Amino acid sequence: MKAAASPPGLVMPHIRPGRILAWTLLFIGGVIMVTPLLFMLSTSLKDASQVYDLRVIPEAPTLDNYIEILGDGRFTRWLINSTIVAVIVTLSNVFFDSLVGYTLAKFRFRGRYIVFIAILSTLMIPTEMLVLPWYLMASQFGWIDSYWGIMFPGMMTAFGTFLMKQFFEGVPDDFLEAARIDGLNEFTIWWKIAMPLVTPALSALAIFTFLGNWTAFFWPLIVTTSAELYTLPVGLSSFAVEQSIQWEKIMTGASIATLPTLIIFLFLQRYIVRGVMLAGLKG
Amino acid sequence: MATIDLDHLVKRYGPTTVVHGIDLSVHDGEFVVLVGPSGCGKSTTLRMIAGLEEISGGEIRIDGRVVNDLQPRDRNIAMVFQNYAIYPHVTVADNIAFGLYRSKLSKSEKRQRVEQAAETLGLSQLLDRRPSALSGGQRQRVAIGRAMVRDPAAFLFDEPLSNLDAQLRTQMRIEIKRLHHRLGTTSVFVTHDQVEAMTMADRIVVMRDGRILQVGTPLDLYENPVDVFTARFIGSPTMNLVPASLRDGGADLSLGGSVQVPQATATTADILVGARPQDLVPGSAGVPGLTVSGTVAVVETLGSETLVHIESAGQTIIGSAPGRQIPQIGEHLTLHAPAERLYYFDKATEKALAAR
Repeated sequence: MKAAASPPGLVMPHIRPGRILAWTLLFIGGVIMVTPLLFMLSTSLKDASQVYDLRVIPEAPTLDNYIEILGDGRFTRWLINSTIVAVIVTLSNVFFDSLVGYTLAKFRFRGRYIVFIAILSTLMIPTEMLVLPWYLMASQFGWIDSYWGIMFPGMMTAFGTFLMKQFFEGVPDDFLEAARIDGLNEFTIWWKIAMPLVTPALSALAIFTFLGNWTAFFWPLIVTTSAELYTLPVGLSSFAVEQSIQWEKIMTGASIATLPTLIIFLFLQRYIVRGVMLAGLKG
Repeated sequence: MATIDLDHLVKRYGPTTVVHGIDLSVHDGEFVVLVGPSGCGKSTTLRMIAGLEEISGGEIRIDGRVVNDLQPRDRNIAMVFQNYAIYPHVTVADNIAFGLYRSKLSKSEKRQRVEQAAETLGLSQLLDRRPSALSGGQRQRVAIGRAMVRDPAAFLFDEPLSNLDAQLRTQMRIEIKRLHHRLGTTSVFVTHDQVEAMTMADRIVVMRDGRILQVGTPLDLYENPVDVFTARFIGSPTMNLVPASLRDGGADLSLGGSVQVPQATATTADILVGARPQDLVPGSAGVPGLTVSGTVAVVETLGSETLVHIESAGQTIIGSAPGRQIPQIGEHLTLHAPAERLYYFDKATEKALAAR
């Protein structure tokens, strides 16, 4: 009781200068990152005549752009396309990356190391260099302008395989051996025992893959020719080339396209942070 | 229930041989403990019986059937691991039920089996819990539940108590032993702890460097160790060994004095005279035997007895005094072990000399 006797007001919270600097930097960083987003949202609420009026809060906010965009069959088509592509590629990555990663981590076979190095070495090749061979391949197999054409290069990734391999290496062999004795076959051991043990890595992989494909622009632009197969980013960019640049439409579409990303971030923040820490890269 | 036979069992990793053609027969319903220091090949042997490790030579038979090339799941054995290896993502009930993964029983029968096993092991209240909510002892019990629910031909235990604290280890030791009495299932238990081996085994198999040194009942090993290694490995504290040189009808001790040696069959004159600390007690009775005098260096008070370390001619000898008799450090003390409690080994080969 004695210790609490000093009058309030005399106790100044001690703030270290380092703290103030950190907060200031974070604040500036936050402003830099949030401003374009705010501007996108604000432009989406303006009509075409106000687009170049740079006020953040529109003079006469309107939802017309949203009504128009959502009523536009093309936009919903692109939204569906993006969803199909991102979901299928994500599922495929979660399945194949972890299957291959598990095999590389837990089985000893001749050539294992060579396979691993080969997979890893593809990480060193920039996407821009791969686009040409992908295109040639797609064109020879007749995959240009098809869902499969958009998806095939990303169905399995070296990064995902590497990530999952590292994780499966952390799964104690005892679990797998116990399952072997219990009578599970190798595939079931992977699916029922090993997979649930690496859920954090799986969710990180799934989130990265989904976001990467949801926002992918370059390859879908190259491989698609008809507007029905555009993904959202490609479709939105077409607003900029047709007659004139329709900024309010682009911003409205972009705002809608950001929603899933935002929702994912909000709900899966914990996993994303953990995923970034686990993966040690990306972000 | 089943017999397990190992016939010239060999395991090689590349050029290194870790198990050198061992022979062993485990009888139906027997509890056999493989014991030895780490790296002696005991776990490898167990894993070969389980089928988790391929064998490089020889034969393994379970109930007379050669299982060399059978998958673990086709051997009808169950195994309990050192790290429990219970699956963290499913409940206790599901963990136990994994033992019945390949069984063709109906769902309700499986459930009944799981509940039965849980009851035997005192896990009934915990069936819906996840392993993370269990203590180490409970986790190990779940692992045992998963093993016993299947009613296997044999249980294999790979150092299952190593991760438990001392008190829990003693308790689980008794529980496993009691379970074995009830179920009568053939069991092979691997440990590096000689106390576990002594207290649990019907027969102990002492291994070293991939070879079997001695097989016998706990008392047999304690009373008649075939060599210095077994003599020192079995029994705690370890046996005292005093160098001595043979002469007519007896041997002169390096510590001074002499003892009578019944049958001198050593290859050289150099022998080792062994005495267990429990047999080496204060006082020098007028009976023949080993007498050691020295200064008390360390006293370990255990309550039931007091271990006394004395320094004599540069060697430390451990003896024991009754619980309430505590010698002072620095005090001069004479310890004596009767002749019939002594052990004799050839110093060069480390083999035991003719029976005491």
